[in-house]
Amino acid sequence: MSFIRKPRVPYEGQEVNALGRTRADYEGFMSTLCAGCGHDSVTAAITRAFFELSIPPHRAVKISGIGCSSKTTAYFLGQSHGNNTAHGRMPSIATGTQAANAGLHCIGVSGDGDTLSIGLGQFAHAIRRNVNMLYVIENNGVYGLTKGQFSASAALGAKPKKGEANVQMPIDPVKTALALGASFIARSFSGDKAQLVPLIKAGLSHKGFALIDVLSPCVTFNDHEDSTMSYAYAYQNLQPAADADFIDPNREEIVTDYDQGDIIPVTLHDGSKILLKKAEEDYDPRDLGRAFDYVMRHQEQGQIVTGLLYIDETLPDMHEGNKTVGTPLVDLPFEDLCPGSDALASLQERYR
Amino acid sequence: MPAAKNRLNDFVLKIANVNGTGSASANGLLMKSFFRMGIPVVGKNFFPSNIQGMPTWYEIRITKKGYKARSGTVDILVAMNAETYGDDIKEVAPGGYLVYDSTWPRQKTLSRPDITIIGIPLAAMCNEEYSNPRLRILMKNMAYVGAVAALVDIDMAVIRELISQIFASKTDLVPANMKAIELGHDYVKANFTCPLPLRVKAMNKTKGHILIDGNTAAGLGCVYAGATIGAWYPITPSTSLMDAFKAFCTRFRVDRSTGEKRFAIIQAEDELASAGMVLGAGWTGARAFTCTSGPGISLMSELIGLGYYAEIPMVLFDIQRVGPSTGMPTRTQQSDIQICAYASHGDTRHVLLFPADPGECFDHAVAAFDLAERLQTPVFVVSDLDIGMNDWMCKDFKWDDGYRPDRGKVLNDEDLEKVENFYRYLDVDGDGIPYRTLPGSNPKGAYFARGSGHDRYGARTEVGDEYQDVMDRLLIKWQTAADLVPPPVIRRAREKTKLAILSVGSCDGAVREALDNLARRGAMLDYMRVRAFPFNEKVESFLAEHDRIFVVEQNRDGQLKGLITIETEVEKDKLISVLQYDGLPMDSRVIERAIGEALAKEVAA
Repeated sequence: MSFIRKPRVPYEGQEVNALGRTRADYEGFMSTLCAGCGHDSVTAAITRAFFELSIPPHRAVKISGIGCSSKTTAYFLGQSHGNNTAHGRMPSIATGTQAANAGLHCIGVSGDGDTLSIGLGQFAHAIRRNVNMLYVIENNGVYGLTKGQFSASAALGAKPKKGEANVQMPIDPVKTALALGASFIARSFSGDKAQLVPLIKAGLSHKGFALIDVLSPCVTFNDHEDSTMSYAYAYQNLQPAADADFIDPNREEIVTDYDQGDIIPVTLHDGSKILLKKAEEDYDPRDLGRAFDYVMRHQEQGQIVTGLLYIDETLPDMHEGNKTVGTPLVDLPFEDLCPGSDALASLQERYR
Repeated sequence: MPAAKNRLNDFVLKIANVNGTGSASANGLLMKSFFRMGIPVVGKNFFPSNIQGMPTWYEIRITKKGYKARSGTVDILVAMNAETYGDDIKEVAPGGYLVYDSTWPRQKTLSRPDITIIGIPLAAMCNEEYSNPRLRILMKNMAYVGAVAALVDIDMAVIRELISQIFASKTDLVPANMKAIELGHDYVKANFTCPLPLRVKAMNKTKGHILIDGNTAAGLGCVYAGATIGAWYPITPSTSLMDAFKAFCTRFRVDRSTGEKRFAIIQAEDELASAGMVLGAGWTGARAFTCTSGPGISLMSELIGLGYYAEIPMVLFDIQRVGPSTGMPTRTQQSDIQICAYASHGDTRHVLLFPADPGECFDHAVAAFDLAERLQTPVFVVSDLDIGMNDWMCKDFKWDDGYRPDRGKVLNDEDLEKVENFYRYLDVDGDGIPYRTLPGSNPKGAYFARGSGHDRYGARTEVGDEYQDVMDRLLIKWQTAADLVPPPVIRRAREKTKLAILSVGSCDGAVREALDNLARRGAMLDYMRVRAFPFNEKVESFLAEHDRIFVVEQNRDGQLKGLITIETEVEKDKLISVLQYDGLPMDSRVIERAIGEALAKEVAA
């Protein structure tokens, strides 16, 4: 009853990537979310990003928690292993996955309740460890599956469809991540694929914890006139700070197309480049203090800044910090792990 | 004062001290000296949940018969803590000895006519010898080692050898330590009749044995099993397990030239996260484990349920301490048996292994990873503080170089090429265990693991029949598990009997000693120690063979008895609880008394 495979109809002239694969190779099951849900656009952007990066689908791994957003990992990368875990616990399970096999491209999908309420602790500590993963929050300010309660990201004074206004301060994942020292922090909007796809590609290529907070309106419970998380509000108040163009290492010539004065090139560990196009003069996504200030000033004016807001591509990730061997731990032969009987015999002399 | 009878290699020495003074090394030195003289020993450390300044005791039982438990008596007490002196003196058995630091006057009220008091000016001698204040405190402990050596006739050559080995990398410390030992030793020789009637004589009963604690053994077992990931949150009394894993990995798994590690230890933000990390790693194909204690199991329960239902291998070491809540972190108990058996909401049952000593900690650690991967489920090694943190005399650990990990039913890329379709939760051969694939493998093997309702093909479902189908298959797997886990250990009485003892884990030593003593008084009982849950046929038939079964365990509520009642066919009224739950390691006298009384009552009736 509960899952429908998308029909795969090959057609002439369809786009293929460097692996000769089509976009359909990166799709998953049919979405069961409400029609018009912002999350489905994020799913499409993720699909697109993996396709364009030509990542072999089976070399990706997708982890999620519980909630509408967490369901979406079933809707993309049908040829990848997925793990739909427990509410708020995606970060720890992704951490274990990354610890075991650093060779996989790891994407975690979560929501505002999953990340900022029940999972705030694990979210913070995944950042602290700089786990090499892309962490996408599909942020709509409400709990959908339990019928519209406010989540921790709901704005102060935000009004629900029915009932009383929110009287608690929101937890902003971007400001939280800035304070915690995340190495890649971005915000985008589910309706802005042009901005979102390059951000996802950059986040996947970044070695370390990459956060993308995606405003993704809930059409059923939080898309009304008084909402601060509606499509209308987003379109009126989004303020791009720095757009990121993701440049494949093989297509570097594009660099010359830009006016160098407004461009900050960032080279990632795998040789790929992000070109940051500054929207405003005083913005510098490598200056933590100024990034914070910029986000705060716009927030005071009711504006939501988007784009790649902060990056530190030099911060060592979890494995670098641990000095883990280059071969993924799952691939080490048993002979390299077990010291054997002679070692055991000599070791025991110490206990006599 | 009555003259004590000569007792060779059979007495208890207890040292009362203040924690943080370095007494642990002095006590370890004494323990090892007896061991090196070939005499079996039992060491128990009673320490506070504190860093410095609180009372601590170390008890060494010298037991020529090689018993493994406390005897429950104290024959020689070294009272180094004035604060506990009053209680300590009461503990000494009539005819015993109390050694104290006579640097300071002793209160007249603190004396007993039926024991011998031996005063040694330990602090005064050390203050005169050493000028460094810290050294004065440390050396006072070494001085009582020397005093005890003279009193019970420990071979000084053995002590000298141990000191040179302990300080092999800091040889400049050898003379100061030896000097302190000699101070105590010579003073006692000069002022008292030595040795005492309670004394030691070299034997040959420790050859082929080591002195090791269970947490070290378990950590070593994890290395040998090929575990690569340990995720944990510090908690007494399990911390030393991960410390050991780290130390052994550092020794055996760091590339000498590059410094690169073939392991990862992650100190998590809490136990819940450490369970998540273990699940993530286990699902990805690494052998991963956590170690914790009761409070950690409470937190982890949520994800243990995910492991059970999504069928992910994970290994958990529960080093039990006294509960409920924070309880007494540095005291021992067996009070997590039921929470481990059923951890998490919904219908869950977990495989448990119950080691009885460090030797089994090593073996069970390896078995736990094999079982977890074979059964694709969480497996607990349910140890306790007594096993985990005390040094036990064990037979040398053995390793079979032919051992290869049992990875269970994993389809690799080659296998996947051959199969037409792969369905994660489909039981294709009737053992209740489906095949699994690892992330990163052939796209044909891709699947979506989930804690939400799923059918046998791995698809999400809310259809009753489809859900139930998977739950019923998990029961078949449970039956498979019963045949794979270690069988119980059974000891038969000399005569055929309908009476028996059933016990678990660290009670073993006390039970065996009680059985000997009861047999001497004519009470014949068989004995079964369960080593795992689920209980298999052997457990069932032993229960069926006996009319009265005393269930010996270390908790208030008879948790093993409860589990046996629920999970076997035994008639409930055959089972009689014998309990000790004061936080101290099991004592054979508790068992003898309870069973003796119960049997006497039957005779009277």
